[in-house]
Amino acid sequence: MNVLNSIKLATVAVAIAVGASFPASADEQYFPLQSYRVGPYAAGGTGFFGGFIDYLNLINIRDGGVNGVKLTWSECETQYEVERGVECYERQKTGKNVAAFNPLSLGIQIALLERSRTDKIPIITIDHGQTATSDGRVFPYLFPLLMNPPSETSAIITYIGQREGGAEKLKGKKIVVLYHGSPYGKETIPIFELLSKKYGFELQQIEVPHPGNDQQAQWLTIRRAKPDYVVLRGWGVMNPVAIKSAQKVGFPVDHLIGNVWSNSEEDVIPAGEAAKGYISLITQPSGTEFPVVQQVVDKVYGAGKGNLEDKKRIGSVYHNLGIVNGILNVEAIRIAQDKFGHRALSSEEVQWGFEHLRLDEKRIAELGAVGLLQSINVTCADHEGEGSVKFQQWDGKKWSVISDWVKPDRVLLRPIIEAAAEKYAIENDIKPRVCTE
Amino acid sequence: MFDYQFFIEVLVGGLLSGVMYSLVAIGFVLIYKTSGVLNFAQGAMLLFAALTFVSLVERGVPFAAALLLTLVVMVLLGIAIERTVLRPLVNQPPITLFMATLGLSYVIEGAAQLLWGTQVHGLDLGINDTPFTVAGVFISQFDLFAAAIAGAMVALFALFFRYTRTGLAFRAVADDQFAALAVGLRLPRVWAAVWTASGIVALVAGLLWGARLGVQFSLSLVVLKALPVLVLGGFDSVAGAIVGGLLIGAIEKIAEVYVGPFFGGGIEAWAAYVVALGFLLVRPSGLFGQKLIERV
Repeated sequence: MNVLNSIKLATVAVAIAVGASFPASADEQYFPLQSYRVGPYAAGGTGFFGGFIDYLNLINIRDGGVNGVKLTWSECETQYEVERGVECYERQKTGKNVAAFNPLSLGIQIALLERSRTDKIPIITIDHGQTATSDGRVFPYLFPLLMNPPSETSAIITYIGQREGGAEKLKGKKIVVLYHGSPYGKETIPIFELLSKKYGFELQQIEVPHPGNDQQAQWLTIRRAKPDYVVLRGWGVMNPVAIKSAQKVGFPVDHLIGNVWSNSEEDVIPAGEAAKGYISLITQPSGTEFPVVQQVVDKVYGAGKGNLEDKKRIGSVYHNLGIVNGILNVEAIRIAQDKFGHRALSSEEVQWGFEHLRLDEKRIAELGAVGLLQSINVTCADHEGEGSVKFQQWDGKKWSVISDWVKPDRVLLRPIIEAAAEKYAIENDIKPRVCTE
Repeated sequence: MFDYQFFIEVLVGGLLSGVMYSLVAIGFVLIYKTSGVLNFAQGAMLLFAALTFVSLVERGVPFAAALLLTLVVMVLLGIAIERTVLRPLVNQPPITLFMATLGLSYVIEGAAQLLWGTQVHGLDLGINDTPFTVAGVFISQFDLFAAAIAGAMVALFALFFRYTRTGLAFRAVADDQFAALAVGLRLPRVWAAVWTASGIVALVAGLLWGARLGVQFSLSLVVLKALPVLVLGGFDSVAGAIVGGLLIGAIEKIAEVYVGPFFGGGIEAWAAYVVALGFLLVRPSGLFGQKLIERV
């Protein structure tokens, strides 16, 4: 990075630090971004928010906004810290025509749980979020779009079953789950237990204390347990260390299956040769071959407005996740505009759009996202939207998709989500909405 | 029946992990020994060194030249810290100096990200990490290499302290700052030299930890592994940092494997601190630390 770029970055950082905002005017829709571009998780933050901003820019440059309504945004740096995230929320929520918050942090989502209800502002947590928040009856403003933790867990087990030749072959197999020692990591403990009972596989769940930069003890335990598969539910530095430690104890890395937060280039590159063959789950494949990504390259980066400083990261896992997140946010606005009028909307109106976010394969083709996203069908009761996942394998240089779309077992999982939501409703004296569809 | 072979494997793995902790702890000891400051910025220096090295290599600078350039950068950083932070704070209470290093760690972390970006980098030192087996026990080649480097570094420091004029000055300052000043030693120069030495330790530790974790922001968190080592071994003893590292490494792995299951696992991080706390109660200066004797 040259000195000029450093100065530019410093200027932006200062602007972000003081919470510079660019309030929307009457015909503009405003996205308050609680981004993280410095600190331990900056690599993920810059990729995701880079992709999100690139897509918003594409809509403005290519289409002149959504039905003529320009999209605006401002960033507030959270460093992935909850208290900073809340501070950013309080500062940014006063902006005009706020569409939705997208914090990309479970901790910040938890902190905003009740604020979103009071302020009537949608909180979007693509691919994550507390299990209970999928139940829109209790959490009308929370949207863990595409995939929540139970769906993710189910999809991984389904995939392992497919590899073994069918779900019935899981009986008698041994699966170890190596999870991050945090609320995020522990969220799926009961789900794995439920699936173990259903399919008859032996289960051992092992915690790795945060941050996970030394896993000698855990992997020696795994070596002794001799599992058929290890599921990696990691975050940050825990992931490359797990992959390297697997190599250290001679565990085959193609039997190590990473979850959605263990699936990026940032997770495998530091592990070097040890990561060759590693498999992970994904809701949106990486790559630049998708028409929408091509348009981002041509129209946004071509105009010198691209958000990623390192253009080699275009089409990376986090960048494509940001683009998909952009698609879902923009389509929710478009759907809401069809009902309320082609103008800037209130947060409540945008919430209606998210609650009716239905993208079939025809619409996804129109968006240039075939293969990047399968379909989504959000309803009043289901704020996850029946997303599907794929699995990818690292060849030492790039990810290759190795499975078709895999559907989680939502019939089995829905009662768990509803039970968690109803428990929350009772504890917090909330009357669940009645959803008719 | 108790599986002795597995126990030995856990023990060996723990000892080798402990060597990695010692590498970080030595950087703390060097500064504390001569200036009485617990340098909280050691982790940030480690990050800065590794990030500088890997960024130079990625820009096409040959390995040896990148190592040399990073060494120069760390020397300059050490001198700059002495000039701009420590010298103005001479004769301030230890807590003031500690807070200064705390602030310094944030400045160095921020500067590292500003200069070199926030991307995660792989670092290949060319050391194979596939294990080999000795009597059925898996041993990591990389960890053995790290242990050899740590051993060599300690030996070099021992020779340096014993046989050079600057080393003698280090020892004099460590023994009694005021007496050292009285006989004409230049304290700022000694401090600049010791911060430089600490920067070199940070470079070595940064490269080894970076090869293990990848070069990323989390490298600065490895200081958390060094703190119980320092409590156990003593803040002012290089030998203590080595022995403390080995003990902490072994104890936390054995605790995780054999005691962890009774607590739901994930105990190694705090088990090390429990041991350190217990030790603090019975031997406040650590295993090898100098006992503080004051006239009352």
